[in-house]
Amino acid sequence: MSAAEYLPPVEPEEPRDNYLNVAYGVRSWLLTRDHKRIALLYLASVTFFFFIGGLFALLIRLELLTPAGDMVQAETYNKFFTIHGIVMVFFFLIPSIPAVLGNFLIPMMIGAKDLAFPRLNLLSWYIYMLGGLFTIWAIVHGGVDTGWTFYTPYSTLSSNSHVIPAALGIFITGFSSILTGLNFIVSIHKMRAPGLTWFRLPLFVWALYATSLIFVLGTPVIAITILMVAVERTLHVGFFDPALGGDPVLFQHLFWFYSHPAVYIMILPAMGVISEIVPTFSRKHPFGYRFIAYASVAIAVLGFLVWGHHMFVSGQSVYAGLVFSVLSFLVAIPSAIKVFNWTATMHGGSISWKAPMLYAMGFIGLFTVGGLTGLFLASLGVDVHVHDTYFVIAHFHYIMVGGAVMGYLGGIHYWWPKISGKLYPEVLARFAAIIVFIGFNLTFFPQFILGYLGMPRRYHSYPEEFQVLNVFSTAGASILGVGYLLPLVYLAWSMRYGRNSGANPWGATGLEWKTTSPPPPENFEVTPVVDEEPYSYSAPGEVRVVG
Amino acid sequence: MADAHGAAAPHALPADLQHQFESLDQQQDAASFGMWVFIVTEILFFGGLFLAYTIYRWQFGAGFARGSVEMDIVAGTANTAILIGSSLTMAMAVHSAAKGKRRALLLFLALTIALGGAFLGVKAIEYTDHIRHHLLPGPGFRHAGPDARAVEMYFTLYFTMTGLHALHMIVGIGILSTLFVMAWRGRFTAEYHNPVEISGLYWHFVDIVWIFLFPLLYLIGRHAR
Repeated sequence: MSAAEYLPPVEPEEPRDNYLNVAYGVRSWLLTRDHKRIALLYLASVTFFFFIGGLFALLIRLELLTPAGDMVQAETYNKFFTIHGIVMVFFFLIPSIPAVLGNFLIPMMIGAKDLAFPRLNLLSWYIYMLGGLFTIWAIVHGGVDTGWTFYTPYSTLSSNSHVIPAALGIFITGFSSILTGLNFIVSIHKMRAPGLTWFRLPLFVWALYATSLIFVLGTPVIAITILMVAVERTLHVGFFDPALGGDPVLFQHLFWFYSHPAVYIMILPAMGVISEIVPTFSRKHPFGYRFIAYASVAIAVLGFLVWGHHMFVSGQSVYAGLVFSVLSFLVAIPSAIKVFNWTATMHGGSISWKAPMLYAMGFIGLFTVGGLTGLFLASLGVDVHVHDTYFVIAHFHYIMVGGAVMGYLGGIHYWWPKISGKLYPEVLARFAAIIVFIGFNLTFFPQFILGYLGMPRRYHSYPEEFQVLNVFSTAGASILGVGYLLPLVYLAWSMRYGRNSGANPWGATGLEWKTTSPPPPENFEVTPVVDEEPYSYSAPGEVRVVG
Repeated sequence: MADAHGAAAPHALPADLQHQFESLDQQQDAASFGMWVFIVTEILFFGGLFLAYTIYRWQFGAGFARGSVEMDIVAGTANTAILIGSSLTMAMAVHSAAKGKRRALLLFLALTIALGGAFLGVKAIEYTDHIRHHLLPGPGFRHAGPDARAVEMYFTLYFTMTGLHALHMIVGIGILSTLFVMAWRGRFTAEYHNPVEISGLYWHFVDIVWIFLFPLLYLIGRHAR
């Protein structure tokens, strides 16, 4: 542990106010405008929703343990996967890294005292919780069965379940995303510390900036789409109802215009986390800093041009399919740039295998598998064969669970000393990271094979020849569940019993490590002045070749 | 540039400066920029409906024209004039605030609120009229003519788009009323009037949405007569 000290050591006898001990009591949390406390409010809420979504995932896997639909009715199973999807996508994955780590870190990384609009930031959490309440109400009162995609005309004409409250929950939560994105964009533009130019920003900030662009440009479209579904369903008018002259495919266009970019809302922040972890634990300047930064923006922009690949078999013209297919292949370029640059950063580095680095390694491997199988699905011919099968399920879980959740857990571990001022138990954390990796692959790799063999998604029973692989998958899910429970336990434990971490346990660069842990309410005693390049990990005097 | 803000003296902080900013300039920059980003969001929010309009008008051109002739062109034109007038008074309000003229600010805010109210009044009369003629889409919709289904689609879009616009007007009037109370209490000065300015941006945006809605909804069937 040769942590380089960037601060003159703080006198240990002098108790300093930090954001955690500056005030106590429920009011001081529920009315806080401190971005760090709001981040912790989000941390508690997304963790809650993660375990709700996880519970339904477990129920799905239990039903699929046997070929017969013997645990629940088909209708109940429909509700299981719908709730799992809605909760995980809208209430965990989308807010997870931006609202927790982004909220906590962006002001510190840009050397500011807070985000530009602290009250709006708190409001965004209340909006999120209100949306969550609507959704929970829908779950408790019998659930929704449309799938998380709310496809019309089923969602507007046929479904007897609680579509409106669930849709309203998503509509409302969307505004919390918009406010978060708006706050980040304005803060990154207007609140940077003196000397902190765009190309001195941490790559995490670049990734969150690109994410915020999607928040403000994409989320309003899903909001209006959901509003149209709600109007159609309540007033019996026909935006999307073929009987009234509407077009159900228009719904799919509008839905995927947001929901495909939303995939990048989920993965870009995780890429930002990896871009921080890899240089720190390789002790190297990231290879091709500018390329990684531009790649984030390129993914955000290209992400808006590929939505039609969700409709290859929805009666879209072959010509449109061709164009969307080519554009989808293009997204692979900036994604591959990132993967190559992370690996090149590690090349020749002095690598330490701490838990965050293990998660980063998991991310790089699993994201690569998820990304490459995405190319299968972007190819028109192959997609016809595997669409609506478990191949698709496996593909996007490799991106969203293998990618986004791994990145989230890696980030939580990496910045935990900053958030709590305590060290997590390293051996246990490495063990959990490995458990998660094994459990994940055991759960989802068999699903690639199942899908390729033709097992369709969204059914509660299946032919007997698929059982072995399904048993593997369910066994993997239980291991994965243990892997997710472990950090919950030991991170909570470390809050009280963990060793003090000091300001910078990893010897990392970046402004967030130059203040104390946990940080004071105003983040920095004096506004920092930045006069060096980011990630300057090389020893002083050494000649550095910037990749 | 962020560097420009570093110079602010830490001891002579203006009362209106929030703690996270270094200077009032930076604070106002951030607020205006935030409103612009919000307006971009709003454009995409309305954008979904404009897309639906474009596709269905292309599909049902004749029916949309038939629906459009059911509009009261006098009311629509009057409302357009009222809204453009309200944008003028809003601009005058921002100007008065920048000059630090409290009474003029109060007057122009009141005028803008009144014109906004007048717009909503006319819209309410139009809505009542449509409903009386069974033009509210849904099971009660009646329209004599060949394209009843397309006319219903037109009215679905008409009510959703103008309804959403009216909702934005109501929110705008709420914001302006708050500004009025704040101005009444003397909260704004020539140095600090940013809330008036960014509320003005919002008001103009809502006005511009109507400038698009008016020809798309009221004028498309006229030349066919």
